[in-house]
Amino acid sequence: MSTYSHVELRPGAYADSVTLLQVSRVVQGLDGVLAAQVAMATPLNVDVLTEMGFEVPAQAGPNDLVVALRLAGPDALAPALAGVDHALRDANRREEGATAIAAPRTTAAALRRAPDAVAVVSVPGEHAFVEAMDAVDAGRDVMVFSDNVPLEQELALKRAAAERGVLVMGPDCGTAVVGGLGLGFANVVPPGPVGIVAASGTGCQQLLALLAHAGVGVTSALGVGGRDLSADVRGLATREALRRLDEDPGVELIVLVSKPPAPDVTAEIEAYAGGLSTPVELALLGPGRPDLTAAAESVLRRLGREVPSWPVDPPESFGRVDGTVLRGLFVGGTLASEAELIATEALGADGGHTFVDFGDDEYTTGRAHPMIDPSIRLEHLARAAAHPATGVLLLDVVLGHGAEPDPAASLAPAIARVEQPVVVAVVGTDGDPQGRDRQVRALVEAGAEVHLSNAGATRRAIELLGGTR
Amino acid sequence: MTSQQTTPHAVVNVGADLLADAVADQAVPVTRVDWRPPMDGTAADLATVAADPLRRAANERALAAMLGVTATLVDVLPASEALGLQPGEFLHAGPPIAWSRASGPLRGALMGGAALEGLVDDPEDAVALFESGASVSLEPCHHRGTVGPMAGVVTPSMWMFVLEDAATGRRTHCSLNEGLGKVLRYGAYGPEVLTRLRWMGDVLGPLLQRAVRAVRDSDAGPVDVTGILTQMLQMGDEAHNRNRAGTLMLLRDLSPAMVTTIDTGGVDPADVAESLRFIGGNDHFFLNLAMPACKLALDAARGIEGSTMVVAMARNGTDFGIQVAGTGDEWFTGPALLADGLYLGDYGPDDANPDIGDSAITETAGIGGFAMATAPAIVRFVGGSVPDALATTRRMHEITLGENPRWSVPVLEFQGTPSGIDVTRVCRTGILPQINTGMAGKQAGVGQVGAGLVTPPAEIFPKALARLAELARGRTP
Repeated sequence: MSTYSHVELRPGAYADSVTLLQVSRVVQGLDGVLAAQVAMATPLNVDVLTEMGFEVPAQAGPNDLVVALRLAGPDALAPALAGVDHALRDANRREEGATAIAAPRTTAAALRRAPDAVAVVSVPGEHAFVEAMDAVDAGRDVMVFSDNVPLEQELALKRAAAERGVLVMGPDCGTAVVGGLGLGFANVVPPGPVGIVAASGTGCQQLLALLAHAGVGVTSALGVGGRDLSADVRGLATREALRRLDEDPGVELIVLVSKPPAPDVTAEIEAYAGGLSTPVELALLGPGRPDLTAAAESVLRRLGREVPSWPVDPPESFGRVDGTVLRGLFVGGTLASEAELIATEALGADGGHTFVDFGDDEYTTGRAHPMIDPSIRLEHLARAAAHPATGVLLLDVVLGHGAEPDPAASLAPAIARVEQPVVVAVVGTDGDPQGRDRQVRALVEAGAEVHLSNAGATRRAIELLGGTR
Repeated sequence: MTSQQTTPHAVVNVGADLLADAVADQAVPVTRVDWRPPMDGTAADLATVAADPLRRAANERALAAMLGVTATLVDVLPASEALGLQPGEFLHAGPPIAWSRASGPLRGALMGGAALEGLVDDPEDAVALFESGASVSLEPCHHRGTVGPMAGVVTPSMWMFVLEDAATGRRTHCSLNEGLGKVLRYGAYGPEVLTRLRWMGDVLGPLLQRAVRAVRDSDAGPVDVTGILTQMLQMGDEAHNRNRAGTLMLLRDLSPAMVTTIDTGGVDPADVAESLRFIGGNDHFFLNLAMPACKLALDAARGIEGSTMVVAMARNGTDFGIQVAGTGDEWFTGPALLADGLYLGDYGPDDANPDIGDSAITETAGIGGFAMATAPAIVRFVGGSVPDALATTRRMHEITLGENPRWSVPVLEFQGTPSGIDVTRVCRTGILPQINTGMAGKQAGVGQVGAGLVTPPAEIFPKALARLAELARGRTP
C-alpha cells in the first residue's frame, strides 16, 4: 500500500502538550489519515516522530510546532490540514455552564457545607443509621423519620449521641417542632410556655392543635421515637430532650407524651424529671388513663389557663344509622389507638368495631404514608360504607407541614357519597398550610361532623351508634 | 419569655424531598443530599463500622497525624546504605507480587535492574534468573519505607532521596527521577536506559548528596518538601502528572549548593552543568520528592485501631492494593484497571499495561487527581474541561475525612485539598478515588505509551470495609 507523508513546521506556534495530544487524536480519526502527530518539536517528540517514520527537518526546535501526517494519498492532505486547524481551534474553545456545584452525597458532606444545620433522615431504614451517625459525629441534632431501623442501631446511635450531648429524634419520628421550625409532619403553632417530649407523632400533633386552640403556644416539641421509652432504650433520647427543654427559660411546663413505659423505666424517667427545675406533666396513654384531650386540659389547668370547649362543627343533618358497627379509618396511629381504647371501654371489645391505622407498615410498604397519599383510605372508606353492618364512620384528618396540601378535596366528595353518619377529627391549626377552617367547611358541607378533639369525635361516634342499640 | 431553643438556621435533608420542601416552605434553607444506596452488599458492614465506638476519634487522630507531618530532604544515599538493600534484593511498586504474575513493564524494569547491578550482562538473560528465583527476591517498596513511581524497581546501587519528619525522625525514600520516554520505571531496559542510570549513579547521585547535605547543614536548614508542595499547588502543579513548578523550586533551592561543589568537592563543572540541565529539563523530577513526602505523612496514620482512613494506594501493574490505618499492613487487592487517556505516537489502548506504580500515594494524601482543580491542564488527558477539573476535586471531598489547611486550591476560594480517603464513604457513595497517571507499554522494554486518568477497582473498598467490620465486631464483647 502506498502512503503519503507530510511534515510541516510552524515556528512560533505553541500549544501545551496535553492540547496537542488531544489534537493528534482528533486528526487521527479523520478520513484518509493513517497516523497523525501534532507536537512541539522537543527532542523527545522528534525521537517519537522519527520512530514513526517521519523525517523531521533538522532545524526543528522545541519552540516549533510540527504537524506530521501519514495519509492514504495526497488528496487527503487539504482536508487533514483543515482538520488540524479546526482541532487546534476547538481545543481552545471554552465550554459554557457545567460550573454548578453538585449536591452532597452524604449527610457528613452536607453538614460540612451547612455546619449549623439540623439533619432530617428519611432514607430506607437499613441505611438510616449510617446517615444519622454522620450528624452525631458532627455534633448536630438529627431527626430520624425512617422506620424499620434495627433496635441495636437505635441504641448505638443514641448512646453515641448521649456522649456528645446530641439529640436524636426518632427513629420513626413523624413530628417535631424545634425552636418553632416544624420538621416532618408538624403543625404551625405560636411560640409559648409549653415544651413537649413525644414518643408519638400524631399524639404530639393532637396536643399541639388543642393547645393552639386554647391560645397556648409550644416552642419546641421534640419527638423521640416510639421505642425510646422501651425497656431496651430506657429513655436515652427522652432524657436529652427533657434536659434541653429544662434549660430553655421560655418553657414553663414540659409535657411527656408516650404509651406507658415499662414500670422501672417510668420510675427512672420520673426520677430524672424530678431533678429538673421545670415541672414535667406525664401524659401516658393507655387503658384506664386520661386521653390526649384530657392531658391537654390538665396542662391548661396547671398553667392556670381556662379550658375552652373544643370546637365541634355539625352538619345540617345526619344519615340514618342502620348498622351496628363503628368503623374507624385513621391515618394517625396514636389517634387510632386512642379511639379504640375509648370505644372499647364504652362498647366492649367484641362488637365487631374496627380501628384501622393506614399509616401502619402493613399499608405503607412500597407506597407513601396516607397523610400524603389518601387513595388507600378512600378505597376502604367506600368499601366500609357499602357494608350493611357499618353504623357510623370515624375518621381523622391530620394537617400541617408535610401532609397533603388539600385533604378535603378528595375526602369531602367521598364522604358525600356515604349514607351513614361520618365523624371526623381534623387535627390542625388555623396557621397550617391547608387552613383548618377551609378543610372543616368542606367536610361539614359534605355531611360530616367535625371535631378538633379525637377523643371528642370518638365519643360522639359512639353516641350516634348508641341511638340504634 | 424568650426561648433558648432557637430556630435552626439550616436543615440538611437526606431522603424524601417532601420533607425538605416542608422546611423550605418555612423559609429555612435546606441542603438536599443526593443520596443513593451504597455499594452492593455493604449496608450491614457500613452499619457495624459506623457503630464502632473507636471510629470517630480514630479517624480524627489519623487525619491530624497525616496533616501534621512536615517532610524535609535530609540526604541522598544509595539504596544499599539508605535501606540496607542487599545484592539480589529488588523492590517494586504496589502490593506484593511474584515474577510469574508480574506485568510486562515490571518485568522489563526488573530485567534492567538486574543488568544495572551486574547480575547479568544482557537484561534478556535476567528472565531465567527471576524464573528460578534462587538468588533474587522481590519486595514491595512500601514494606521498606519507600515509594517508587511506575514499576518502582529499586536496586542496591540506585541513589535515593531520604526524607525525614523532623518531629519524629521517621524517614521515607524514593529513587531519582529518570525523565520521560524510554526509562526503566516504564519497563524499558535498552542500552540508553542503563547508560542514563549509570550516569545517575556515578554523577548525579553523589553530586545531589553533597548539595543536599550542604543545604541541610546550612543556616537555612533542609529543603522543606511539604512547603514546596504548598507553593506548587498554587502554581498549576497537582504534583502527580504535573510537577513543573516544584521541579524549578527544587532547582532554585539546590543549585547554589550544587555549583559550590566545584570548589569544595572538586566536582567537574561539566558534570554540574549536565546535572542542572538534566533536572531542569525533566518536568517530573520533583515527583520523586512529592511521593515520599506523601508517604511520610500517611505513615504517621498507620496502625490506628478503628480508623477507616486509607494510608496507601499502590499498583504493581497486575494488582491494585490499598492499606488502611485500622487494618495494619494487610493489602486489599483487585485487578489494576487501564487508564483512560491519550497515547503517544502510534500507541493505542492495546499497547497499554494496566495501572502501575506507587505514585497514587499522592492521591492518597489529597493531591494528584484530588487536586485536579488546581491543574486544569491535566483534565484534558481524557478530553475534559476546566469545569470537570473543579468538579473532580469537589467530588473527592465527598469521600475524604477533611481538608488540608496547608495545601489549598486558589480557584476553589483556597479550599484545602480533600484529605484522608475514608473507606466507608467510598462504599457509601460509590465514588472512587480519581488518579492521574502515566501509562506504561504492556510489553517489557517499550517504555511510556501515554498518560491519563484511572480509578482503583471498586471491589477493594468493600473488602477493606469487611475487615474493618470484622475487627469492630471482635472488639465488641
